[in-house]
Amino acid sequence: MTADAATTDLAARLTGFVAALRAHGVRIGTGETVDAARAVAALGLADRAVLREGLAATLLHETGQRPVFDAVFDLYFPHAVGGPATEAADREELRDRLADALTADDRAMLARLAVEAVDGLGGYGGAPGSDGWSSYQTLERLRPQTLLARVRDELRARGAGAGFADRLLEDEIRRRIEAFRALVAAEARRRVAERRGREEIARRAVAPTADRVDFLYAGKDRLAELRRTVQPLARKLATRLAARRRRAARGSVDLRRTLRGSLSTGGVPMRPVLRRRRPARPELVLLCDVSGSVAGFSDFTMLLVQALHDQFTKVRVFAFVNRVDEVTGLLVHGAADPEGLSARIHGEAAVAAWHGSSDYGVALGEFAERYARTLTPRTTVFVLGDARTNRSDPNLPAVRAIARRCRRVHWLNPEPRAQWGTGDSAALAYADLVPMHECRTARQLGTLVERLLPV
Amino acid sequence: MFTSVDDVSARLAETGYLASPAVATTVFLADRLGKPLLVEGPAGVGKTELAKAVAQVAGARLVRLQCYEGVDESRALYEWNHAKQLLRISAGRDETWDETRTDIFSEEFLLPRPLLTAIRGDDPKVLLIDETDKADVEVEGLLLEVLSDFQVTVPELGTITAARRPFVVLTSNASRELSEALRRRCLFLHIGFPDEELERRIVRLKVPGVDEALAASLVRVVGALRAMDLRKVPSVAETIDWARTLLALGADTLDENVVRDTLGVVLKHQEDVLKASAKLDLDAL
Repeated sequence: MTADAATTDLAARLTGFVAALRAHGVRIGTGETVDAARAVAALGLADRAVLREGLAATLLHETGQRPVFDAVFDLYFPHAVGGPATEAADREELRDRLADALTADDRAMLARLAVEAVDGLGGYGGAPGSDGWSSYQTLERLRPQTLLARVRDELRARGAGAGFADRLLEDEIRRRIEAFRALVAAEARRRVAERRGREEIARRAVAPTADRVDFLYAGKDRLAELRRTVQPLARKLATRLAARRRRAARGSVDLRRTLRGSLSTGGVPMRPVLRRRRPARPELVLLCDVSGSVAGFSDFTMLLVQALHDQFTKVRVFAFVNRVDEVTGLLVHGAADPEGLSARIHGEAAVAAWHGSSDYGVALGEFAERYARTLTPRTTVFVLGDARTNRSDPNLPAVRAIARRCRRVHWLNPEPRAQWGTGDSAALAYADLVPMHECRTARQLGTLVERLLPV
Repeated sequence: MFTSVDDVSARLAETGYLASPAVATTVFLADRLGKPLLVEGPAGVGKTELAKAVAQVAGARLVRLQCYEGVDESRALYEWNHAKQLLRISAGRDETWDETRTDIFSEEFLLPRPLLTAIRGDDPKVLLIDETDKADVEVEGLLLEVLSDFQVTVPELGTITAARRPFVVLTSNASRELSEALRRRCLFLHIGFPDEELERRIVRLKVPGVDEALAASLVRVVGALRAMDLRKVPSVAETIDWARTLLALGADTLDENVVRDTLGVVLKHQEDVLKASAKLDLDAL
């Protein structure tokens, strides 16, 4: 290959890489691509880690995009091509070496073992087109999690875990094993990409950033990841709310007082008097569907609102499946243990009667009846749920009654707008009465909360 | 300024700043491509320190613009010295207005603020725009002009263009999303928590009295705390504080009592302390 052809190839690889990132919602302009190319020229291709950081610095603009970037980078700038040079190792030998590497926390060795493991244990299918490499199969056969006790005992025997830090040992080993699993997944993706083409794998097999995951389809890990973003997001929102409040407090001219003040300057209004706002903090009521289908969404939103609680005079949270109960108290204690929140709500609050499917009509009716007193003209109500009534009566009068008693009602629906009103969804009927907003991802929730929260 | 990525790490290390590969690479690129460097990350991981270290390495003057809410053009760019101008006007009573005017709008009456200071003059400078996210959106617009062309227009004097581009570092705690336009003009660097080995070296460098074993277990505990779901996870600054505290207390190993008594140094919220104590089995006694 001539030098010229190599340059073209590199440029094509780079633009392909950028296109794959764009497909994942990373906004990259042509200017940044040019910068990335200049960075490659300045850094050279010798050191892959340096190249990775250089491209990240020029192409990314946010921290949250980094996991997607890393996964796509591994596909477009793989550390090797094809399988390992060594003979395929058998399972027991691999486990032995893996245990050693975990004991020594040898990252380079772990990476090499991931390559060998996928090569030796992960292949499936024989015919071209139906064959591939599976990280799931590799990990099922290798079962690295079962090495925990062995590695721990080994480390203890060496005296590494003596003293206070000993109690951290198991968690540390668990983290190392987790890292190894991620390595295996990346390696399997790389091998598949060689077979099927990078573009397709980059598009389908790389998970989107956490704040773009649909609440309804987010798995347990993703929800845990999202929960960790609650505090930073809340801090961000609080700053913005404070800024909005300040802006709202100035600027509006009190005409009467301005004119009265102008008398001393001969009727010419020299100094405009601004209206002073009463520092009344609004009240917030959250009405959440916590049934299985939307529980992840409700949990996240409850935690977010709880984290924002000092922005409001009063925050009250109600949960329902087919009965309503107040869970504000549970949430305050839950701040320290967000994972257990949903279990605690179901265990300690009366949210469901004899069956477990949600019934909006009954729940809203009960709320309007029992808790109407919590609603004042200063209250803003947020209803969270997919409005799937399981074909029972949606009880529109109850929603009307709630909306009449408070300042404003917003309905946040985690379903895509196109699905509203399909099947047993009463979303469109409710949307006629109160403004309903599509809220599928943490990103959307952040924007909505910023826009809708009263100041 | 630098010849290679390794050169960056080596020279930063000389000033006492241990850079991760990501930091070294990005600093090298910022220098090579002549672009501003936007540094984000949790508080206390050394964002501001990085700018100071770069200034020291380059033998450059550090010009710092601390952003806060309400910072404006006259605080960031330049201001006319009104008091001095008034004195000048009253001193020269029998001059014509034209003479006075050309005189009072000259360099002598100009008060340069950080952005203008960084652009004027021939000596090397590092411009640190700290906590950019605290400033209002209008200031960002101002920064756009300065950072893309490195020039400032003073209507009475004309356009001042940088003879020598400063090395620009912007820091942000991400309390507000910075505008896309500003991000596009910068290289982006996220400084996260360092890995165990690097953090151990940092502790040993900053607190020389701590021995290797204590530093190691300290860093391990902090790593475990970071893995917990806390309101405010401890940063590098807290790790160093903790090491100093232990040194002051004369503790040469970590044990249950020491950790329980000093946990408040690393964790700043009571609920975090409670949660961490539970997870670390501190109350098991």
